[in-house]
Amino acid sequence: MKIKKDIPLIDQHDKNGFWGGKFGGNFIPETLKKPVEDLTVLFEKLRRDKKFIKERDYYFKNWVGSPTSFVKLENLTKSLGGAQIWTKIVSEANGGAHKIYNATVHCLIAKRAGKKYIVGDTGAGYAGKMLSMAAKKFGLKCKIFMGAKDIKRQKPNCDAMKKNGAEIVPVYTGSQTLVDAVSECMRYWVSNCDTTHMCVGSTVGPNIFVKICGWSTSQISRELFIQIKKEFGSIPKKIKLLNCVGGGSSSFGFWNEFMHYNKKQIEFVGVEAGGPKQSKKHAAPLTYGSKIGILHGASQYVIMSPEGQIEETESISAGLDYPGVSPLHCFLKDAKRARYTAATDEEALSAYMLVTKFENLNPSLEPSHAFAEAIKLAPKLSKDTVIIVNSCGDAHKDKDILKQRLGI
Amino acid sequence: MTISPISLAFKKTKREKRTALISFTVAGDNTKKNSLKILNSIAKYVDILELSFLHNCPIADGGQIQNSTYRSLKNGTTLKDTFQIAKRFKKNNPKKPLILMGYYNLIYQNGENNFLKNCKLSKVDGLIVVDLPWPENKKFAQKCKKKSISFVQLLSPTTSKERMKKIIKDSHDMIYYISMLSTTGGKLKVSSKKILEKYLSIKKINRSKNVVIGFGITEKTISSLKKADGLVVGSALCKKISESLKKRQNPVTNVVKMVTRLKNKIL
Repeated sequence: MKIKKDIPLIDQHDKNGFWGGKFGGNFIPETLKKPVEDLTVLFEKLRRDKKFIKERDYYFKNWVGSPTSFVKLENLTKSLGGAQIWTKIVSEANGGAHKIYNATVHCLIAKRAGKKYIVGDTGAGYAGKMLSMAAKKFGLKCKIFMGAKDIKRQKPNCDAMKKNGAEIVPVYTGSQTLVDAVSECMRYWVSNCDTTHMCVGSTVGPNIFVKICGWSTSQISRELFIQIKKEFGSIPKKIKLLNCVGGGSSSFGFWNEFMHYNKKQIEFVGVEAGGPKQSKKHAAPLTYGSKIGILHGASQYVIMSPEGQIEETESISAGLDYPGVSPLHCFLKDAKRARYTAATDEEALSAYMLVTKFENLNPSLEPSHAFAEAIKLAPKLSKDTVIIVNSCGDAHKDKDILKQRLGI
Repeated sequence: MTISPISLAFKKTKREKRTALISFTVAGDNTKKNSLKILNSIAKYVDILELSFLHNCPIADGGQIQNSTYRSLKNGTTLKDTFQIAKRFKKNNPKKPLILMGYYNLIYQNGENNFLKNCKLSKVDGLIVVDLPWPENKKFAQKCKKKSISFVQLLSPTTSKERMKKIIKDSHDMIYYISMLSTTGGKLKVSSKKILEKYLSIKKINRSKNVVIGFGITEKTISSLKKADGLVVGSALCKKISESLKKRQNPVTNVVKMVTRLKNKIL
């Protein structure tokens, strides 16, 4: 399995929508064939439409707030010794996380498609919060599907969604988390695809949704590329780009512009949710060698029983608590372009403690997983190595969990 | 060439000048034993039976079928059990067509060839795979045909005429028309007249194909659609099982009663 150099990764699928011949595709009911096809045609047209790109860039700059800052974590670097630790504070984006990029693009597409309603799924609540914000901004009626368990543990984001006028639909089936929210959202779309646009909250789902999300979040690495050049004069010899991976939207966006670099120069490290230390459950299909299965319309590495039932995951981080992972990451793993590892709940919490102790930064539990890996790696590496962590979410939404677990 | 039990069933209903009644129930609902009992007892009223193999991430099922599915999964029903139920049913009713319905991941994990082997061993007559649309299903559908298992193609209100023609060309003994934009068991939000209009335009493409209508078919709506080659009742039966359990009544008897009522409405 090989990555081509001159084509964007999102376009490196075959005619059936598979990356690397086996990841992705369109495992969808007949009813969705036409809406998915229509969306595909529209998106391919829009991404080549200069006016649309201008519109996207306008909103990214003036509404989302671009670029988000790129800074060195001096104190953390000093205390750990070894590699330099830098971060891109993507959580500065409007709403407090990278999910705003995908949400904005989907709303712009929905407007062009003449749809009045937009629906989306959410785990940590960020995808839902951002979609509700963007829907309000662009005058669309919005429904958010969210697992009942997640509604309880991510209350601040739910409050924000309601404030933006979105309806939250609680999902009580299965594990009552993200996986069930995505299923329910797809079911809703099956029933309402004539009037409603669907936004899948990550680089998952049928082929076109993977592409739209990856195309949207790539804004992160477009900015970073310029920022690195400005900061270092050229691209340093040893860079490690660390990012948490749930569905994989922020990590893909964080890496995309650097795809064609040799991995010895720019290494991609994806950090999945290892779950509680004492539990056998996790949300790390790439790290722990899960098999290929079909989930939410696409084939991917997914945590499931030998028979093919999707298994329950466990993670302190609702945003990473998903049994599958983007087909793009499956492709990056098998092509050996990216390396994947996991951090436990406890490791993420101690990383959060350490980062907030030394720096004026408040990463949510999701990027805290990536910081855990940075903390592990940095002391072992030379000073000329540049570790960059995507701080893709703000911990405001985690205040209840942090209070309960850390007493802060 | 031998004629498949599914084709024979339609030949019979056409001779009797009536629509074919097709039931859909969930394997292992509410228990493995009752699930088989239901199949055995409704077999004399229905023309074709659909039995779903379970998947816990069903992206196109409505609430009633989801309830049945989760209930059965909770009772520990496996794919192996589903084949057992099918096998036992076919042993009692060798001529009654039985179609398995479900999601592709279960087939994928079992292995396509192995899954079809299991179908053959259980004497299953046909397959419906909800999330394997045309043209992605072409290869698998051919494999099914080689094993004399009917692969049922689905059509929906969003399917274009051009696409319909291609799908119908690749179809086997039975085509399933989804009556409306909905998951299973939704309220019929389109008039029966509109559904039949669409149905007739499908029939026009190839009159020799058997086209059945499903989604939203209940005791209330069934007689208005009886012009179709066949009608599938699924969610209504699942709902009956759920209601029976709630009222502490026997789900088997109640489902049988409902099926007899449905049958009377289409005669």
